[in-house]
Amino acid sequence: MLAALRGRIAAAPWIWSFLGTAATWLVTVSISGGRGGEEIISAALTFSAFTVLVSLGQMMVITTGPGNVDLSIPSVIALSSAVAMLVMDERAGMIVPGLAAAVAAGLAVGGANYGLIRLLRIPPIIATLSSSLVVMSVAIVLGRGLKIKPPQVFADAVTTKVAGVPLLAIVALAAAVAIAFVLERTLYGRTVSAIGQSRRIARLAGLDVERASLLTYMLSGGLAGLTGALIAGFSGGNSLDQGAEYLLLTIAVVVIGGTSVSGGRASVPGIWGAALFMFLIVTMLNASGVSPGLRMLITGLIIIGVIAVGGSERAPR
Amino acid sequence: MTAAGGGAAPAAPPAGAAAEVFVDLRGIAKSFGAIRALRPVDVVVRRGECLGLVGHNGAGKSTLMNILSGALSASAGTLAIAGEDLTGRYDVRGAHRAGVRCVFQELSLCPNLSIAENARIAHPALHGFGWRRRAAALMQAALDGIFPGHGLGMGDVVGSLSIGRRQMVEIARAFTETEERARLVILDEPTSSLDATAADQLVAAARRFAAAGGSTVVISHKINEILAVADRIVVMKDGAVVDDRPRAAFTREGIVDAMGHAVERARSVRASTATAETMVEVPASRRDGLTFRAARGEIIGLAGLAGHGQTDLLLAVQARRRGTRVAGDVALVPGDRSTDGVFPLWSIERNMSARWLPHLRRGGLIDLGRERAEAGAWRERLALKTPDLRNPILSLSGGNQQKALFARALGAPARIILMDDPMRGVDIGTKQDVYAMIATEAAAGRTFLWYTTEMDELFHCDRTYVFHDGSIVAELAAAELSETAVVQASFKDHSVTDHAVKDPA
Amino acid sequence: MPRFLSWSAAERLLPALTLAALLAGIFHQQPRAMSYFGLDLLLNLSIPIIFATLAQMMIIAINDLDLSIGAFVSLVACIGSTLLTTEPVLGVLALLAGIAAYGLVGALVEWRRLPSIVVTLGLSFVWLGLAVIVLPTPGGRAPAVLSTLVRVKPPFAPLPVYVAAVVALLGWLAVSRSSMGVVLRGAGGNPRSVARAGWSMLAIRVSVYATAGVLGTLAGLSLLGLTTSGDANIASRYTLVSIASVILGGASFTGGRVFPVGAVLGAMTLTLAASFLTFMRISPDWQIGAQGFILIAVLALRALLTRWKETS
Repeated sequence: MLAALRGRIAAAPWIWSFLGTAATWLVTVSISGGRGGEEIISAALTFSAFTVLVSLGQMMVITTGPGNVDLSIPSVIALSSAVAMLVMDERAGMIVPGLAAAVAAGLAVGGANYGLIRLLRIPPIIATLSSSLVVMSVAIVLGRGLKIKPPQVFADAVTTKVAGVPLLAIVALAAAVAIAFVLERTLYGRTVSAIGQSRRIARLAGLDVERASLLTYMLSGGLAGLTGALIAGFSGGNSLDQGAEYLLLTIAVVVIGGTSVSGGRASVPGIWGAALFMFLIVTMLNASGVSPGLRMLITGLIIIGVIAVGGSERAPR
Repeated sequence: MTAAGGGAAPAAPPAGAAAEVFVDLRGIAKSFGAIRALRPVDVVVRRGECLGLVGHNGAGKSTLMNILSGALSASAGTLAIAGEDLTGRYDVRGAHRAGVRCVFQELSLCPNLSIAENARIAHPALHGFGWRRRAAALMQAALDGIFPGHGLGMGDVVGSLSIGRRQMVEIARAFTETEERARLVILDEPTSSLDATAADQLVAAARRFAAAGGSTVVISHKINEILAVADRIVVMKDGAVVDDRPRAAFTREGIVDAMGHAVERARSVRASTATAETMVEVPASRRDGLTFRAARGEIIGLAGLAGHGQTDLLLAVQARRRGTRVAGDVALVPGDRSTDGVFPLWSIERNMSARWLPHLRRGGLIDLGRERAEAGAWRERLALKTPDLRNPILSLSGGNQQKALFARALGAPARIILMDDPMRGVDIGTKQDVYAMIATEAAAGRTFLWYTTEMDELFHCDRTYVFHDGSIVAELAAAELSETAVVQASFKDHSVTDHAVKDPA
Repeated sequence: MPRFLSWSAAERLLPALTLAALLAGIFHQQPRAMSYFGLDLLLNLSIPIIFATLAQMMIIAINDLDLSIGAFVSLVACIGSTLLTTEPVLGVLALLAGIAAYGLVGALVEWRRLPSIVVTLGLSFVWLGLAVIVLPTPGGRAPAVLSTLVRVKPPFAPLPVYVAAVVALLGWLAVSRSSMGVVLRGAGGNPRSVARAGWSMLAIRVSVYATAGVLGTLAGLSLLGLTTSGDANIASRYTLVSIASVILGGASFTGGRVFPVGAVLGAMTLTLAASFLTFMRISPDWQIGAQGFILIAVLALRALLTRWKETS
């Protein structure tokens, strides 16, 4: 009985993140005396939507195997928010081109990341770190320290709600469903999981390893690019440090969500669960009035605790 | 016992020590959850004795040896070494102290360290000032003693060595002694990557070790090897010991019978199904080498000493490297399951379908129904032993995992099938099934490039190319094939006497 | 096979050559830097980075990665500038507790078989949180001993040069030459075989993490000596810098391939890169990017060397 339950949970490691989310929400609501539960959920959905969008890309990268991680996400967000705002230039007609340009910038950085990894045989951590430095410089030069406002229509769109649900959350949910579908039903998705288990075996099994790696880094860059534009729209313009928090956050979300750090196994539902969880923890600690230092301390302990309880990660070989 | 020892090798164990029991396993049992890997078994190993241990995959040999080497603890039973009951306080360190060494099937050297440094890993006593020199001397002596003419430098980094040479280092390390003596060496499939010369050298060394009073346990699927080296043979089946007699009481057929499978079919030259259409052509890598050619419907054997370019040729064909001509889709059956074959996180079904995916697509999407149906068909065809194809691949025994890998390659519409010594550690029953299937598929027009380290398997081929030092040195038609012919070709420009001269023993 | 040897040697020498090239570039632009005080100024910030890099190298040697070292160095600096000055005994105890905590994390990683990246990611929040609690706003004062110590002016060459040489030598002896270093690298190369040979992976991992804690503490204290006051974010960039330095020094992320001397040189290279760019009069906007280019260039060179070695 207990063993069966354990097996079920092992098969769905993302369950922890949702349990954690529910518990955190309950605590938060009880701290505030039972009020504001709904607003908290709405805010959580909005802010988690950004996290989910970037983390989906990070998840795909991490799934391609040990050592694969995209450290260029914060720089891409900084760059793409500047690109989007420059192209839109407060004109409603330029929203679509602006978004396209932001995504294109992200795709380009992703492609460059892959190029560095492949051509120079640099470990992905170092490749994406180096490229992020360059990208950040480009973002600085482009932005010139000016904050350009988004077109009003765009700003309204990213904060709007459809049937009470933030539009952004719907977009992020659609993206998550699409990624889950890609993983299960496309040659590319299966290849990503295969190379995460062993690049060599995937190659010997006749799968196109290089194409899948390229697409994965481009996907991560593209999603970060889109998120950058959305964040700029949401927060009233571009700025350089908009992406900073997503470096560690995406990795934490991916792993707490049950994706295997050693590669090969992605967990899409866990991305949502963990993103909500991470947001609600901060909300809960804010609500209980703890100091910023203590808040970070507790956040860290929770990350360690979750992973210690939920996940023995290394393959049993 | 003495009669058997005399029968296998002239070296008689020292008088008096002959009957002394070194390892005494009584009623040893082991369960993994609900699975009983070992029923209570009794096995003894005497001093100066070489014990052969045979049985199919999953018969419990490795579990028993893991218990003896301290890597696993038994669920029940007692374990005594040199008369001392160590039950309950026996672990890896305890095994080392007692002089029990194990050469595992999967190599357990550290690839980033040198040969000498790897000796240090095995010997806590190698420390302090000058430990490097002592470690190098220790390994040099062991290698010289067992594999004269090995040509290895003690500073060589293990990762840069061929798999055969790594195995030599691994074996030699098991026989090294510091203040901890080597009293019992367990050799689990020790010759799987060794060439014939090195394998013979190892058998001789094991006999010398026994003559000096040491004990060895040899596990091998190569029954001839067991017959050549063992004083006594223990046969295991389904987690129990089913036979335990002196070597002289066994015949090859007797062992195979006891293991529970029909005697291997008599060998016969197969009727070739080759056609005139060339499917693969690889130009000679050197001026004096031969060009590789394979026709439609042909089964080509790749022979020669391990690591002499056979796998490289297969990989060149698979990657369609420049110069190779490959007329059709290629699929590969890997031999080393853990590094080249199995996706450990995936189900059996997904492991099978990995190579079929491009063909399972409809409108760009994988047709899950077809994937399941085709995997199911292969389960029937290969008699894969599993209740559910959605079970993890690692829930299968090695032989059944290998079957899934055959399904992966053969289930794809590939015209050319590459096989990289795919029968390593596979039991005889599975082998026979697969041999038959290869013949059928060749008759249906598929081309097989088959690298094998087992001489017997070359008799299933239409032609055999013999490799030496990265190029093809001989081509043998099925009618010309014999062990002597292959060995002669393998040593063509490399006289065997070269090795004998350096022998310090 | 002299060709093979020379490529290998070139590969091993690459970290040293990179550093030499960078120094040559700086001296060319700014001849005044070629003096005792010039070098001291250029290199003194490399002392804490060298320690942090070696801490990271220990962790990388056993196939783990430490994403918390930067935060830990900051925490040490914060403790050093507050507790250690006001209540030395308590301060020392706090530092020892930090090292013990590192060891415990190693035990946790091994015991629960957790991915180090995530655990140390969480750990970085813990260190940072503690640092903010200890020192909410930048400030504090370094113990006088520390400030004096890092300002020692030894003969012939400035202090950082001596520190780098001694640390590189000790690291080489301990990791590359000693019998324990072999076990450490073996544990990175093939942990199962090391465990099967009777070594306790738990003991190895705990000692490695605790050693990283000690080195991290040295990094924090030397950094504090140089800056004289603490800040919870003072060393946050050390995490990535230390990883880059280890890799620049020739190491791989997996397989126990680490080189202490290379790591020290890598740390000095990255320290100098920033100064070099200033001397080159590169616009501040592009300075970060130029650091990225330097990293890429060096690694590209290494990739080329490896490829030549393979084909020759």
